[in-house]
Amino acid sequence: MDDLIADFLTETGEGLAGLDAALLRLERHPDDPQTIGEIFRLIHTIKGTCGFLGLSRLEKVAHAGENVLGRYRDGSLTVTSGGVSLILRVVDRVRDIMAGLEATGAEPAGDDSAIIAELDAVFTGAVAPEDAVPAAAVPMPERKRPSRRGRKAVALPGPDPAPAKLEAPKPEPDPEVPAPEATVAVPATSPAPKRRRAAPRRAAEPQVAAVVASAPTEPAILPPPATAPEGGATAEAVAVAQTLRVNVDVLESLMTLVSELVLTRNQLLQLSRARNDGALSGPLQRLSHITSELQEGVMKTRMQPIGNAWKGLPRLVRDLSRELGKKIELEMRGAETELDRQVLEMIRDPLTHMVRNSGDHGLEGPAERREAGKPEAGRIILDAYHEGGHIIIEVGDDGRGLAVEKIRAKALSQGLATEGDLAAMGERDIQRFIFRAGFSTAAAVTSVSGRGVGMDVVKTNIEKIGGTIDLRSRAGKGTTFLIKIPLTLAIVSALIVEAGGERFAIPQIGVVELVRAGDGVTHIKDAPVLRLRDRLLPLVSLSRLLRLEEKGGTEDGGFVVVTQVGQNLFGIIVDRVFDTEEIVVKPVAPILRHVTMFSGNTILGDGSVIMILDPNGIARGTGVGAESVQEDRRGAAVVSASSAERMSLLLFRAGEGGPRAVPLGLVARLEDLPAERIEMSHGQPVVQYRGALMPLIPMNDGWVAPAPGGRQAVLVFNDGGRAMGLAVDEILDVVEEFLRIESGQERPGYLGTAVIAGRATEVIDCAWWLRQAGEDWFGPQRPADARRPRLLVVEDGAFFRNMLVPALGAAGFEVVTAGTGAQALRLREAGERFDAVVSDIEMPELDGLGLARAARDGGAWQEMPLVALTSHTDEAAVRRSREAGFDRHVPKFDRDALLDALRGCLAAAQD
Amino acid sequence: MELAIATKAPARRTAAPAHTDTSVLTLTVAGQLCGVPVLGVRDILGPQTITPIPLAPPEVAGGLNLRGRIVTAVDLRRRLGLPAREPGAPFPMSVVVEGGGELYALLADSVGEVLALPDAGLAPNPPTLDPLWREVCAGVHQHAVGGPEAGTRLLIMLDVERVLDIG
Repeated sequence: MDDLIADFLTETGEGLAGLDAALLRLERHPDDPQTIGEIFRLIHTIKGTCGFLGLSRLEKVAHAGENVLGRYRDGSLTVTSGGVSLILRVVDRVRDIMAGLEATGAEPAGDDSAIIAELDAVFTGAVAPEDAVPAAAVPMPERKRPSRRGRKAVALPGPDPAPAKLEAPKPEPDPEVPAPEATVAVPATSPAPKRRRAAPRRAAEPQVAAVVASAPTEPAILPPPATAPEGGATAEAVAVAQTLRVNVDVLESLMTLVSELVLTRNQLLQLSRARNDGALSGPLQRLSHITSELQEGVMKTRMQPIGNAWKGLPRLVRDLSRELGKKIELEMRGAETELDRQVLEMIRDPLTHMVRNSGDHGLEGPAERREAGKPEAGRIILDAYHEGGHIIIEVGDDGRGLAVEKIRAKALSQGLATEGDLAAMGERDIQRFIFRAGFSTAAAVTSVSGRGVGMDVVKTNIEKIGGTIDLRSRAGKGTTFLIKIPLTLAIVSALIVEAGGERFAIPQIGVVELVRAGDGVTHIKDAPVLRLRDRLLPLVSLSRLLRLEEKGGTEDGGFVVVTQVGQNLFGIIVDRVFDTEEIVVKPVAPILRHVTMFSGNTILGDGSVIMILDPNGIARGTGVGAESVQEDRRGAAVVSASSAERMSLLLFRAGEGGPRAVPLGLVARLEDLPAERIEMSHGQPVVQYRGALMPLIPMNDGWVAPAPGGRQAVLVFNDGGRAMGLAVDEILDVVEEFLRIESGQERPGYLGTAVIAGRATEVIDCAWWLRQAGEDWFGPQRPADARRPRLLVVEDGAFFRNMLVPALGAAGFEVVTAGTGAQALRLREAGERFDAVVSDIEMPELDGLGLARAARDGGAWQEMPLVALTSHTDEAAVRRSREAGFDRHVPKFDRDALLDALRGCLAAAQD
Repeated sequence: MELAIATKAPARRTAAPAHTDTSVLTLTVAGQLCGVPVLGVRDILGPQTITPIPLAPPEVAGGLNLRGRIVTAVDLRRRLGLPAREPGAPFPMSVVVEGGGELYALLADSVGEVLALPDAGLAPNPPTLDPLWREVCAGVHQHAVGGPEAGTRLLIMLDVERVLDIG
């Protein structure tokens, strides 16, 4: 292709990308001369260049468009929504022709007379844009204009060809525009051969709140919203940045070289550490420093604001809103957030898709919105921000939310889950069905479930770049998708682990936390699971998975890397964990491509080759990704488990009567002990358990030790160093149920009776049984209170939380829990009211003192009774907690004192 | 020991006029004398640390680091269906070759020398040859001249491309 044409295509393509945004701005501020001027110049430039290059078809279209814009510019014609649509269509036509030009090197054949006639009709004032029809058109005499044009000068001033009264065009700046696919603009530090002016649009981009809606029947111009960045257009002309175009290939190879340099540097550092050579370490330090900076610099050249991927969205939303007859506001936050261009390219399509989905299915029509008491214009909110080496992109709407019932029905009818599975699932898990392959392919789903065309494709694409996607949806409030993606694909932070004597790298993005395997690992049949806080985590043994030699006792002595793939959490058992290292991901050789457990390989600082594990592959390979783990993403939403919510209950049989139940969260382990291990001490059965004596409490009175050779089922409870075993006859099942204890019974050891799995089941009072072991974990039990005041228990320890919920529940309180002070405050923001708050002092994120201060600082909780719960009871601690705002201070294991304190508080509050 | 053979030319096939010679690097795999066209060889490395790759085909011995590039090592013994090295045997040598833009290391027990073998001496694979071998052999040289075992042993020419066609 002709070089000139190629240049033209590149530059015009950039110009057009910016034009959409400018036109939409025009619609909002029809009287903004700056914007009109900008659009006019762009179209004018295209026209001029076309004339020079002999692209007559393009030139004619651009010319007709320019005429109309000229009248807008001189104010002799009012900008209307219809007029903007017309110009947008001109832009589309120009794009079509350019696409043909790019493909074949020549203008494609086609007839533009209709659109030209329409434009001319508007231009001559014969019709308003909405009514513009070719028939009404008065043909415009067209005059070709000789154009001289330097190769680099995009536009030049010249006599205006339009017969309209136009002022002589000002000399035009070269429209510097966002990078197209093949080049990126890099800030230059030395005077570049080619100076460009920063585009006005660019500076205006952060915080674009574009109102792009109007019903088709409503040609009126929308009033500018208060948030519109009015000053944008004028201020930015000042910001002149020098940039220079660099071929992407150059940047790519630079990146590769820097990656190699990083590796070599790491090797050198390792060597130098081993030798301890002072003469070497100085320069090496410097080299290391420079390498890091170089790496950062080169990474920066590849970084582009995410706004580049959002560029087409205002136009998309506008078209969508007209098409659907909905009013849609698009709000884009954090458009300046930068990420690697490779990643940017890969999320562009998924994002577009999701915005379209939000507009199409998520938002209701204006009438429905009015009925629901919402503003007529729906909002689609895009938000991008950095979080710990990742980028989080949220795509949200304030529409109707996902219809859980319909999704449930669909999942059932498609055989994706059984009735039983669904019954056990939380709402969020059901909503997540929209990510399932096959769920969305049927056309009927779109109209029924309201969302989901190709969400599985979106998910797949995001996972391909090592990202994750999740959603949050509330009926009537809207749906928000959360995408988490790595900043860059080239260098990632990875955890180095060892299994079966070999080392592997696990990319940090999937790693949620690291747990010592130790006591928590249990087996259900042969499948290892980890009881982590209040959930069961499926475990995958890495050495078994990779068919490596297993060392004895791996599962007890090793570590569990808690990994998240999509919404699924699972643990990878490894023997050892080293540290994290920045690694350069290299693809594996083609002959290894079929091994799906690895996403690549790399060279570590010590020069050794190491494989990079692919958590997605592992999840698929082991099936842990297939079933849904009941798990709310930690931190993604306020965790609040009210006692009226479902909880996992362990059912067992002990003695006469029906089944018994205990919250699974309270049970540390299930053991099946051989009779030989049970010994007697002071008339009480004990077992040697993990190097200590554990008292064994029989549930039923007439307990006798099993005959030699027999086995004894034991529920093990522990907290800190203490452990207690409850001897039961048989372990029956684990079920998810709403725990509604019917009555606080008089019978010691039982909280009451609840209907579980269709049977009357006695729920045991763990605290009572623990006391039987001789440890005074709680004070004496109190009869239940008849009132049901609402309590918030803020406590990070799942064990204690799980103990308090049934205990306080039985004492007549309705209990809501939060894991940290920050979560508690989120409940306050959500408008939750409580009669009192019981809070632990030491917690991550925001501790109890911080919570108390925040509560007393103002807001809805200012007057609420606060009870501190702590293991420190010295005077200073009490004083600190009083100063922070706590009303009462209760030792952690004294339930009696707690209940007294609560009653005192509540009585005081009522007075 | 690391002797680099600086050449980037692709492996030349052995179907050439009768009077030409082909330079062949000889190597031994479980006692069997083999040869690869020397023009296709990028590097010869002494014993290397090789990281095993779990779940990989058995022929793949692992990955090794060649000056910052990751090279996948193919064990020729396994590839040719020969018995595994005895424990305690010296570590194998790596003959680095290129295939499909990637580097691979062929692990051989020992590397001999570079011989100029007349193309005329290359006989096609005997039809009775083991099918596995027939697949990866490009012919048999009967007169391996110059070496101590000159004229006495047969030299199997390996077709590198097909040796790397695993799985």
